[in-house]
Amino acid sequence: MNARSESEPGPVKNRTTVERKSDREVVVTRTINGPARIVFEAFTKAELLKRWWVPKSMGMTLLSCEVDARVGGKYRLVFDFSPEPAAFFGTYLEVKPYSRLAWTNEEGGEGGPVTTVTFEEKAGKTLVVLRESHPSKEALDAAGTGAADAMVETFDQLDELLVALGESLEQ
Amino acid sequence: MHGVDARGNILNHMVQYMTTRFDTSFAALSDATRRGVLEQLGRADASITDLAGKFHMTLTGMKKHVGVLEQAGLVTTKKIGRVRRCQLGPRRLEEETAWLERYRQRWDERFDELDKVVQELTRKEKSDERKKRK
Repeated sequence: MNARSESEPGPVKNRTTVERKSDREVVVTRTINGPARIVFEAFTKAELLKRWWVPKSMGMTLLSCEVDARVGGKYRLVFDFSPEPAAFFGTYLEVKPYSRLAWTNEEGGEGGPVTTVTFEEKAGKTLVVLRESHPSKEALDAAGTGAADAMVETFDQLDELLVALGESLEQ
Repeated sequence: MHGVDARGNILNHMVQYMTTRFDTSFAALSDATRRGVLEQLGRADASITDLAGKFHMTLTGMKKHVGVLEQAGLVTTKKIGRVRRCQLGPRRLEEETAWLERYRQRWDERFDELDKVVQELTRKEKSDERKKRK
């Protein structure tokens, strides 16, 4: 798989951790070998973002990537999803150069999760902490009650679809 | 662009469905009593009365906890005569652990690519600086 690390030593690969912090929050951490300024650029410039956001293993191709990283600015990523393209989009809530970013994820409708990323530079490396939070525990609880019952059948159908989708993605 | 959003919506619904589904079970697991109930049911099925007794809780309180676990698919209950029996549901903790691991791998791959981009830019910047000084 990783022929590169055998042929040239390069910097040590850092560990990615994922932790479920609460019933409404997942936190991902990773140290990137470079200054915060450059890591921040790689998050906020479309031509850089599209080079890393969709690794080959995802089995999807990015058709277009628009990023307007200003407070109130929008982003829109369109994937080559069979049989037709699918879009992921949202709005930037916070843009503090080199230290902090926050954006909404609106493709699932209103009340979707908010992604917050902080960048902390230490000795030329940058600790990236990415947090995906749901707006409130109440919203989450509401999603887990009455509405869920009504959707059980739909979910069952979706389950089958997901299995089929998972299989086709793995091929 | 016509039709794109309709198709995108199906994917979006699936993504949201998966998120909601896992969120429901993580919410169910965020409580120590509920985790205890799962452990208990992993050893043997029990009635709500048994569980209330084991966890020093009122019947109403235990019913609520079991309800949350049931909603998340982690527990199923069945009324036999006047007793409600609880047992582990079709979904197990491994599913959640596997989900977290897949999620971690996805980010790990993404960050590996980010590392490459950042290192390339950092090198380029350094060599540009050297050129300027000359």
